[in-house]
Amino acid sequence: MIRPDAPVLLEIKDLHARVEDKAILKGVNLTVRAGEIHAVMGRNGSGKSTLSKVLAGHPAYTVTAGAVSYRGQDLLALDPELRARIGVFLGFQYPVEIPGVSNLEFLRVATNARRAEQGGEELDTFAFEDLVRERLNVVQMDPAFLDRSVNEGFSGGEKKRNEILQMALLEPLVAILDETDSGLDIDALRIVAGGVNQLANADNATVLITHYQRLLDAITPDYVHVMAAGRILRTGGKELALELEERGYDWVDQELAAQAPVPLEVA
Amino acid sequence: MSTAQAVGDLVSQPYKYGFVTDIETEKIAKGLSEDVVRLISSKKQEPAFLLEFRLRAYRQWLQMQEPDWATLGYPPIDYQDIIYYAAPKQQDKKASLDEVDPKLLETFDKLGIPLSEQKRLSNVAVDAVFDSVSIATTYKEKLAEHGVIFCSISEAVKEHPELIQRYLGTVVPINDNYFAALNSAVFSDGSFVFIPKGVECPMELSTYFRINSGDTGQFERTLIVAEEGASVSYLEGCTAPMFDTNQLHAAVVELVTLDDASIKYSTVQNWYAGDENGVGGIYNFVTKRGQCRGDRSKISWTQVETGSAITWKYPSCVLQGAESVGEFYSVALTNHRQQADTGTKMIHVGPRTRSTIVSKGISAGRSANSYRGLVQIGPKAVGAKNYSQCDSMLIGDQAAANTYPYIRSQQPQAAVEHEASTCRISEDQLFYLQSRGIGFEEAVSMMVSGFCRDVFNQLPMEFAAEADKLLALKLEGSVG
Ligand SMILES: Nc1ncnc2c1ncn2[C@@H]1O[C@H](COP(=O)(O)OP(=O)(O)O)[C@@H](O)[C@H]1O
Ligand SMILES: [Mg+2]
Repeated sequence: MIRPDAPVLLEIKDLHARVEDKAILKGVNLTVRAGEIHAVMGRNGSGKSTLSKVLAGHPAYTVTAGAVSYRGQDLLALDPELRARIGVFLGFQYPVEIPGVSNLEFLRVATNARRAEQGGEELDTFAFEDLVRERLNVVQMDPAFLDRSVNEGFSGGEKKRNEILQMALLEPLVAILDETDSGLDIDALRIVAGGVNQLANADNATVLITHYQRLLDAITPDYVHVMAAGRILRTGGKELALELEERGYDWVDQELAAQAPVPLEVA
Repeated sequence: MSTAQAVGDLVSQPYKYGFVTDIETEKIAKGLSEDVVRLISSKKQEPAFLLEFRLRAYRQWLQMQEPDWATLGYPPIDYQDIIYYAAPKQQDKKASLDEVDPKLLETFDKLGIPLSEQKRLSNVAVDAVFDSVSIATTYKEKLAEHGVIFCSISEAVKEHPELIQRYLGTVVPINDNYFAALNSAVFSDGSFVFIPKGVECPMELSTYFRINSGDTGQFERTLIVAEEGASVSYLEGCTAPMFDTNQLHAAVVELVTLDDASIKYSTVQNWYAGDENGVGGIYNFVTKRGQCRGDRSKISWTQVETGSAITWKYPSCVLQGAESVGEFYSVALTNHRQQADTGTKMIHVGPRTRSTIVSKGISAGRSANSYRGLVQIGPKAVGAKNYSQCDSMLIGDQAAANTYPYIRSQQPQAAVEHEASTCRISEDQLFYLQSRGIGFEEAVSMMVSGFCRDVFNQLPMEFAAEADKLLALKLEGSVG
């Protein structure tokens, strides 16, 4: 839902970032207001996951220029755990497995860290079990997954559901979901999309990173951005996604080629 | 800062028990000779059989060579440069705690082991050993009501010489190995536990070893006997001050279980490990062995090894009785330049004996952590079974982990199963936890304690949380 007077939650200005010596983000601009759903599309390797990891504070990526403010605060100055506690959430494209760490305990510690930041009281194991059972419904997940190690031995789809469960517990204000639809069959896609729709409200915002129109059939975006070579090349409404579906990405390459040459990367 | 570096900082927390208690100590002159052995024995007013035991051990030791097969490197130990007896100056062991030097009580208070009536742990009896002597044992009377003997080994020598004579040196013979022979010659103090037939020990027993002197060797001796149908859970804890010299610690622990008896022996070892350059720290050469003499008896070792510059330790079980059971659960954490060569021996003698080995090694910094284990199945051990699992976790890229499993079976039908794995804490795993609001330190310690869970679950309830805290403490610190 677009409301021009809604507060700005996330503002990315001319963001440049590299990994090791390779420049990947080359001037990303994006403004996200409360109540909005954004879709970021683009070919493999265009820098979508990099953008999401930079926003979440992954140590492998170095910001070389630009700024990101989250509700007026300098997001890039904060450690990753603080970003999470104040309401920035990244749903990973490839959630890692953490053997030995109980999923339930992990969810509880994470939820309590977020609650503490909001001045809420700590949930003990019993209170938390009640909460988590309620939130399991959002993604129709089997409670048996709570007793396993974090993501260990989960199928691709189960991992993605576990991501949305975390989102449901942490109640972020900005959720960046990186290819949450990949690896899901139709039923799982419907469930995950339903969960995301259920969690979206007028006070929060969602950034969906995806390749496919099929996710956007289930979650209607307010804006669609096309990313290429580390920048947002074009922004439009939901019809832009349909256009991409029809025409593919070749026109993106042409548009890129037509532009002034990007400065040479540092080798 | 890179993750590896940050994790490195995290596991490099300063040692919190490094203080020295300023107390007047009675020490004998440095060096080892037959006269020194006689002197120790006479200071402890020992009966003739024990002096004889010591002298035989000393003479054997003179003939023996220090072992060098472990994956350990350290400069030669000068056995003449060590003091073999040191005791805080106080007259005899006090009848009441009120008479114990307040400085000693304070020391144990600081270590989190309050001994006084008001503050002591409610369900754990503690024997507190300071340098070479036991200074206090709590709940002795209450235990005596159940027929349980829990006292220092020196007291046991005086009060129950027949038991000592019957069992001492029967599990670990005086010439078992170089360090066991040395211990048998000069052992100072330690604990004695006797659980009579049919008695389930009504509380946890625990010995807390504190090294205080910088130039004194530590040679404790522990003996635990559980008669038919008896059971006990025992825990030892250890700390030492920070010195830039190395202290030798060569203990011997012997356990005996008769028919249907069980002993659960847990160790939380946090001696001083030396600094980041490997200067100082304890050399820990320990022989621990349990003998399941009786049918259906059980001995279970659980160890959490975090301290010591060098650890050479293989708590073992000799499974003689039919259907007897041996267990070994171990967590060994090494950091900086620490070296650990540790594991177990499961010797299956009797029929249908079973053993389980679960070893978790965590190596950080430039440390080296080796698991060395032997599973031996003798010709009469029909239907014997063993399951071994050895997992290593590496933190950073300069640490080393080795696994040396030896299997010797004279029973073609025996079931011996061995699993091993190695993992590294990855940047992506830490980032995943952090991106959910979990701080870096907590993330590392969640992963480490997750890795160790199978072992921690074996610790007595009162100490499982302690062990978790100890690892967290070792892993705690500013992330810079
Ligand atoms: N950790 C990394 N190390 C090296 N190269 C990386 C790393 N992360 C991303 N890249 C490179 O950056 C580019 C963008 O990758 P990514 O952000 O994953 O794209 P997308 O998510 O759009 O497919 C790719 O060329 C990829 O190989
Ligand atoms: Mg991607």
